[in-house]
Amino acid sequence: MNWGSFDAFVAMGGYGFYVWGSYLVTAAGLAIEIALLIARRRRTLQMLARLHGSESL
Amino acid sequence: MQSPARTTDAPQRSRYSWTYFASPATFYPLAGAMIPWFAVAAALLCAAGLYVGLFVAPTDATQGESYRIIFIHVGAAWMSMFLYVVMAFWATIGLAWNTRLAAMMSSAIAPTGALFTFLALWTGSLWGKPTWGTWWVWDARLTSELILLFLYIGFMALQAAIDDPRRADRAGAVLAIVGVINVPVIYFSVQWWNTLHQGASVSVTRAPSMAAMMFLGMILFALGFWMYSVAAVLSRVRSIMLERERRTDWVMSEIGMAR
Repeated sequence: MNWGSFDAFVAMGGYGFYVWGSYLVTAAGLAIEIALLIARRRRTLQMLARLHGSESL
Repeated sequence: MQSPARTTDAPQRSRYSWTYFASPATFYPLAGAMIPWFAVAAALLCAAGLYVGLFVAPTDATQGESYRIIFIHVGAAWMSMFLYVVMAFWATIGLAWNTRLAAMMSSAIAPTGALFTFLALWTGSLWGKPTWGTWWVWDARLTSELILLFLYIGFMALQAAIDDPRRADRAGAVLAIVGVINVPVIYFSVQWWNTLHQGASVSVTRAPSMAAMMFLGMILFALGFWMYSVAAVLSRVRSIMLERERRTDWVMSEIGMAR
């Protein structure tokens, strides 16, 4: 364990801005892609339901 | 130039043939079944990478805590190059054999590859500022990685600009294949040119030049990003398959079951 306190963990030895700026943007990037993938699947299924809804089932 | 008959979507081939899953009708459910496994593996590996990278790995003697950016920077940079090669591979298969699924795979990879390229550049910039004193330099490594981002964006823009999907496949494939020359340029740029960027930390021919826990954190994130990429690409290719084959029998029966 490297950190004496939570504040020391956040401060990252004075490099907190750079380290957390990297980790948070990476997390945000992956989260946005996941949200877009889920939204695209939902949109696609709705499109298919409209397309085939009237003629089948 | 007639490709093998693909008019029926129920494959006549044996279940054990290596081409069995080359048809969207058979690959769609397989991909759906694989996504949760890759997603869980990605989550576990990234969580382990966070733990090792932020809590276990020691402080670097020269760079202090700023070096902890390495754990995501290297994984993102590796994925940015690896995904481009895989994208170009499927583009080549699609161009050579005119297979639908290969071209769709190629299209599905591009956004995830672009994301990791952006993340490699972003984290590199945030690492460069405290260690080199600058956010950006126009040296070989950084410039060739930026070109990689433009190649991904160009590939997506080109495909989006062409209405006929089969023509878009072919045009995108040519761009992807020509652009693959950039990948070895990125990889070897630190050897071929004088650059601020440090040389490779890891090589297949010698032991890693870093502490074991630093190396472990890096590998965990690299594997985690890899598993994430597989899950994301499979999810995207499933949507692409449904969109492009929306009038086929297999899609109709698939949504009949799925809803």
